[in-house]
Amino acid sequence: MSPADNPQLSEYRRREQSITLSPLETTGEDSHDELLTLNFGPHHPATHGVLRLLVTLQGEVVRDIKPIVGYVHTGIEKTAEDKAYWKVIPVVERMDYLSYYFNAMAYCGAVETLAGVEVPKRAQYLRVIHLELNRIASHLIWLGTSVLDLGATSIFLYCLRERELILDLFEMSSGARMHTRYFQVGGVIEDIPAGFEPKLREFLKIMPKRADEYGAILNSNEIVLQRLRGVCPLDAETLLGLGVTGPLLRAAGNPWDLRKADPYSSYGDFQFKIPVGTVGDNYDRFAVRLAEIYESVKIIEQALDGLPEGPHITEDRKIALPPRHELATSMEALIHHFKLVTEGFRVPPGEVYYPIESPRGELGCFVRADGSSKPSRVHMRDPSFVNLQALRHMAEGSYIADMIATLAMLDPILGGIDR
Amino acid sequence: MPDATGLELLAHDLGEAALEAVHYRGQATIVVDPAHIRTVLQTLRERGFGFLASVHGVDYYPEEPRLGVVYELLDMSRVDRIAVKARVPVDAPVIDSVTPEWPTADHQEREVYDMFGVVFRGHPDLRRILMPEDYEGHPQRRDFPIGGEPVIFTRDEGRWLEARE
Repeated sequence: MSPADNPQLSEYRRREQSITLSPLETTGEDSHDELLTLNFGPHHPATHGVLRLLVTLQGEVVRDIKPIVGYVHTGIEKTAEDKAYWKVIPVVERMDYLSYYFNAMAYCGAVETLAGVEVPKRAQYLRVIHLELNRIASHLIWLGTSVLDLGATSIFLYCLRERELILDLFEMSSGARMHTRYFQVGGVIEDIPAGFEPKLREFLKIMPKRADEYGAILNSNEIVLQRLRGVCPLDAETLLGLGVTGPLLRAAGNPWDLRKADPYSSYGDFQFKIPVGTVGDNYDRFAVRLAEIYESVKIIEQALDGLPEGPHITEDRKIALPPRHELATSMEALIHHFKLVTEGFRVPPGEVYYPIESPRGELGCFVRADGSSKPSRVHMRDPSFVNLQALRHMAEGSYIADMIATLAMLDPILGGIDR
Repeated sequence: MPDATGLELLAHDLGEAALEAVHYRGQATIVVDPAHIRTVLQTLRERGFGFLASVHGVDYYPEEPRLGVVYELLDMSRVDRIAVKARVPVDAPVIDSVTPEWPTADHQEREVYDMFGVVFRGHPDLRRILMPEDYEGHPQRRDFPIGGEPVIFTRDEGRWLEARE
């Protein structure tokens, strides 16, 4: 007689005894080979935005990934066609919302090439300072959220602490912390204010020390190392075929960096190294980005030391607004101001593709001008959009938990993917 | 960028596939016959342009052939770029897909299809990518109006669906 049928036991005891802890009956030998399709996202903290993945699982092993994007598609490229050239800058900045200076740089660079505008040296240096600050801020968010996926909460708070310093600097130079509209066609909107330089120097002193601390915490953490080392590697050849650029490609050992290969905005003036990885696993992706923070600090230091005197925006009044004080005294300045604000400037017809190195890879801006004061086509080749295709190749055959880590190390920004 | 002479030579080597070579603001563009797009890209790959940086669409409304597909190629060893452009008419917007040779074109061709309605023959999975699956029209075309998109709230979803039918 089984205990469950024993009438001497109370009802509760009998029910308790009826529970067997033997494993559930399986459907046969191949039950572990059964494929399961899992819908992952679009609302999930580990997708870093509103990314939806259809994951085919065999047990815990990932067999296929289909990314589904478009949940934050806002039609920015379409909106841009309806705005004067200089009014497009704030909308393109909102594409990849962590690297807004880069979006503005790619767009302004394309329009400057089309219009044949010369950017003053000081403006180029100021751009480099802000671009590299933005690169550090973007990498900080990436580092914080990625290790958050691995379970490290404190690093996230540390990273946001340092990012706050950068946002304060952005606020000083432009008045806004994000989507600053600081870059303009022909230069930057305003010169850096008094007090910006000492504050920036202070930050440059703090940042490498803090990056040392991150490295010290994470590189001596066995859990982080086991989750990253040797996980989901992909060789440079495949990455190139998939169009992957940026830290992901450099992690696989290919030192392709547009700042070195094809310098724009005076990057050729600065001494810096390109960190590269060896095998292209998740650890290399992590290490390359962490090392890039130090290089960015070096670039900013040099740009600040060598900041040339001169105008911060082109003197071409057909492109850039005249200084405020001229409006009271010069009729011509007033006319230029009126024309620029109401109609904007006209750009001769043509097409250009202007690529720059964003924190995530090659960010190219394609602009077609038709001779009017509005662009007839603005397209951003966003690195996140292209790099996302590599996720399947990286994570196939690995555990689902490693896919989460790989997605974090891929650093996709959904605002940039969906535009 | 190949200089103007180099571009002319390159266009000459492509034979009848090349329709026009444009050198503008230091950037080289070859306009090619859409029927030969795969062979053109293959030829350029043999010339060193081994990286397809970007595929994007352009609408040349009201010019004909209206729709353009631009392929931005990059030679990483010589740091050289070239754009290849193919124009297709709006009433038969079909071009061969280059995804089999260039896996990076997968999502980007889907985007061009979604936004401009260019059909890529031979693409493994040609679906909309950014717009909803049941969306009608190709919003990035120049004659597609901006704004006026109905907002479907849950409370009037039924009414909206009825109105569409």
